[in-house]
Amino acid sequence: MTDSSPKKDGWNSRIGVILAVAGSAVGIGNFLRFPGQAAEYGGGAFMIAYIIAFLFIGLPICWTEWAMGRFGGKHGFNTAPGIFNVFSGRSSVPKYFGVIALVIPIIIYMYYVYIESWCLGYAANFLAGNMSFENVSEAGAFFAKFTGIAKDGSSLAFGFDQVGGYLIIVFIINFFLIFRGLSKGIELFCKFAMPTLLLLAFVILIRVLTLGTPDASKPENNVYNGLGFMWNPTKYYVEESVTQDDGATEWVVQEELVGAASIALAQEKAAGSETVRVMKKGVGEQLLNPQLWLAAAGQIFFSLSVGFGIILTYASYLKKDSDVVLSGLTATSTNEFCEVGLGGLITLPAAVAFLGVAGLAGVGTGTFSLGFNVLPMVFSEMPGGSIFGFLFFFLLFLAAVTSSLSMLQPGIAFLEEALTLNRKQSVAILGVITSMGTLFVVYFSESLKALDTLDFWVGTFLIFVLATFQIILFGWVWGTKAGLEEAAHGASISIPRFFAFIIKYVTPLFLLVVFALFILYNVLGISGGSMSSYITDLIGENPNKVAWMSVSLIVLMGGFFTLMISGVERYREFKKKMGGGA
Amino acid sequence: MTLAGIIIMVLSVTVVSGLFFWCVAKVLTVSDDQTDKLHGFEQETPDVEHDEK
Repeated sequence: MTDSSPKKDGWNSRIGVILAVAGSAVGIGNFLRFPGQAAEYGGGAFMIAYIIAFLFIGLPICWTEWAMGRFGGKHGFNTAPGIFNVFSGRSSVPKYFGVIALVIPIIIYMYYVYIESWCLGYAANFLAGNMSFENVSEAGAFFAKFTGIAKDGSSLAFGFDQVGGYLIIVFIINFFLIFRGLSKGIELFCKFAMPTLLLLAFVILIRVLTLGTPDASKPENNVYNGLGFMWNPTKYYVEESVTQDDGATEWVVQEELVGAASIALAQEKAAGSETVRVMKKGVGEQLLNPQLWLAAAGQIFFSLSVGFGIILTYASYLKKDSDVVLSGLTATSTNEFCEVGLGGLITLPAAVAFLGVAGLAGVGTGTFSLGFNVLPMVFSEMPGGSIFGFLFFFLLFLAAVTSSLSMLQPGIAFLEEALTLNRKQSVAILGVITSMGTLFVVYFSESLKALDTLDFWVGTFLIFVLATFQIILFGWVWGTKAGLEEAAHGASISIPRFFAFIIKYVTPLFLLVVFALFILYNVLGISGGSMSSYITDLIGENPNKVAWMSVSLIVLMGGFFTLMISGVERYREFKKKMGGGA
Repeated sequence: MTLAGIIIMVLSVTVVSGLFFWCVAKVLTVSDDQTDKLHGFEQETPDVEHDEK
């Protein structure tokens, strides 16, 4: 974040700022992860939790990260361990929380490049004219073959319609750009690619909203019901009585109903039955599930890059009078506009129109896969669909490249800071580490288990933990008054005063309560809660070995960085200089 | 789609769109000096320049 460029014409410069912010903000999370998360957690209630999490968690933490990062940069530290060390007085413990901020972007990078290669592969196949599907089953079959979800190891194949070759290309592109310091080139390119992507998203949105009922024989599968699934706060389910092995009966959810006609029909059928019933689940009942709040907050963090360690690093490079308030707000609002205003209105309504609500469950192979199953069908319903499909996935690929490059920066900066390596040496070490991690994610492709497990434990859980730690550090250790004064320095707009109260009390309390309830309900399974599948994968009756290996990878990375941090001389010297202990 | 669903959708999309366009308007109307203080994640970090020297 240097200001070395000569002063440009004011208007062009301002447009350039908006495009630069859009280029760095928009990514896979907006168009692919968000719809998958909304589908997994039931649509409407998830959106309520999501909007609340955005206003009371995402936005305040975003501002605090920009301010903390810039303040840490003034003391010569560019990564979370060093920056947390600045705020921690005599204690040397907070710097170890910085480990999380190193593990998160590196592990996410390991699976993010995998999805990046899906985008590139889909773009190439659209260009080659291989993506004109008659029905969604064909689109799903293509995705299954492309990613190798049928069997572990089957993703390591190198056909034109298989992911292996694209993954190698993506990995080489990423490391070539970052090793040669050519990332400025892609950044400039993205300044022009991003407006094109947004324009294209508008065109796709209009097409989706005018899809109507793609299959006349299935009238319930339409866009209107798709919007209902996405936004309706109250849910209706058909439940069936199932007799267990021990003779006891249990009501099991068979399908979700959307649309007045299907609800009325199901209620009519269930009226004379003792084994089938239609149940209504109110918004309050859904919002009592802590995992829904964890996922909503996690999605906000993921798409805003909050709780990642990335903002801390990039903000540390800013000049001391940079405007962190408007910069942070612009990045945040651009993200949310793309995510809710575009991504949210495209993928999920289209998914219901083509698959139906019941069919959505069948795509349940990870939060990222929904768009790859559904969007090709949208393009096949458009004139010039192959070109639109190519452009959409290629531009998404470019957006993903800028995001993945920024994910490597905290790790690179830490190796420079801790081992006094130069940038190219740091990139080489990270290249080896991330190649092995990506190979692990790609090899264990059956049901995308490794990807999905890492995405939950890192992309949701650890981000949540780091964000909670950061807001407490900002509000209670640094102090809200001092922190907000630092943020206001150089800012063209003020952070509204009530955010001081939110940052100090509301956000930390909110995060701690959700975390405690998640542990209580979804980890321990007590107080009427049901254990999360991510927990039962680890400690259930049939533990999943890929889930275990994925979690072990996270722990291994954490241990590696913890050992490194404990030996960093610069952190000790800083403490001594400030009059604290080591 | 129920009325409650429509209300949640309209409110959510309005809030995020309003915030986005307000930010765009704000960025377009700040002074020239202030424009230079605005940043995204610019990929050309100081350590790249340091390596090039």
